Amino acid sequence: MQAGKPILYSYFRSSCSWRVRIALALKGIDYETVPINLIKDGGQQLAIIEYLEETRPTPRLLPQDPKKRASVRMISDLIAGGIQPLQNLSVLKQVGEEIQLTWAQNAITSGFNALEQILQSTAGIYCVGDEVTMADLCLVPQVANAERFKVDLTPYPTISSVNKRLLVLEAFQVSHPCRQPDTPTELRA
Amino acid sequence: MQAGKPILYSYFRSSCSWRVRIALALKGIDYETVPINLIKDGGQQFSKDFQALNPMKQVPALKIDGITIHQSLAIIEYLEETRPTPRLLPQDPKKRASVRMISDLIAGGIQPLQNLSVLKQVGEEIQLTWAQNAITSGFNALEQILQSTAGIYCVGDEVTMADLCLVPQVANAERFKVDLTPYPTISSVNKRLLVLEAFQVSHPCRQPDTPTELRA
Repeated sequence: MQAGKPILYSYFRSSCSWRVRIALALKGIDYETVPINLIKDGGQQLAIIEYLEETRPTPRLLPQDPKKRASVRMISDLIAGGIQPLQNLSVLKQVGEEIQLTWAQNAITSGFNALEQILQSTAGIYCVGDEVTMADLCLVPQVANAERFKVDLTPYPTISSVNKRLLVLEAFQVSHPCRQPDTPTELRA
Repeated sequence: MQAGKPILYSYFRSSCSWRVRIALALKGIDYETVPINLIKDGGQQFSKDFQALNPMKQVPALKIDGITIHQSLAIIEYLEETRPTPRLLPQDPKKRASVRMISDLIAGGIQPLQNLSVLKQVGEEIQLTWAQNAITSGFNALEQILQSTAGIYCVGDEVTMADLCLVPQVANAERFKVDLTPYPTISSVNKRLLVLEAFQVSHPCRQPDTPTELRA
């Protein structure tokens, strides 16, 4: 292990880890991955992304204008605080096998109902305007979760089209769960 | 209603609303409160008007400078960027990361798991245990973190966004009868914060919509 390289403790499938991997890829930061199989509740990777933004400011992940920054944070918090924690592994274990699929679907659809509305005013090519921001780093992994839980995405055309545009970008590709050091063989790209 | 004053949509008892009330108080920002009762009339947050303001149907929401912001931490970061004194985030990026980490832990990792809407879904029988579990898991982690970051307050010796998240969450813990003995750092930081004026004026017991029987 090289001295000095940042070390990311990551689970291939964790949407929280994926957000940070995208940020590291976008900023061209080389890092070591230490795969972990335990998933901690996802509350704190936005703090990591904001730290990367403040210490490696280019390319930017937050717009310059405070009002647009507020939109980016609002969308990021909605996903990272309002949707993901309600459908993470630990919570699903607690609600139990019988209802966990419905529970996860509800968490996602409630959040996506709100998010679709918000994106209709903020979105350009991406979630907020035409540059990739922290909001986009949150969106793509959450849409992947939605697909895993078989949520019908037809009611969310803006979410879907922004997601499609993001997925072709290199940073979102290299960081994808199907291409990680700990991706199981059967799920590899 | 005076033109120009920010408008805060708030519920007296909502911990998320309280965070923003503290920030507004600390920064000396005068504002109007529009109370949104989360229980009356099936929950006023579900009204069409409020939904247009915040599609997540949650408090708080803040109308300021011609825009409406929701998500309490996004609101606080906006206030910090546009009204920078007194500061709520340290200057040093690593300390800022600590402040945000603690804030995210509470605002993203604890509170959403014990808010009204989730407790309704888990049902009356298990909701107390559910809330207690959410809080104790989070506080177990938080107590450990504070042991390295805390000075007088959560991160060092200045009040930060982390403290704005801590106090309302401790109040929730008390409401759900969580035993705070395992959390001496959380408890002592909380005590020190509660005596500060901004934490007092913003307290749930002193709001325009505080029920008479709960008033200070």
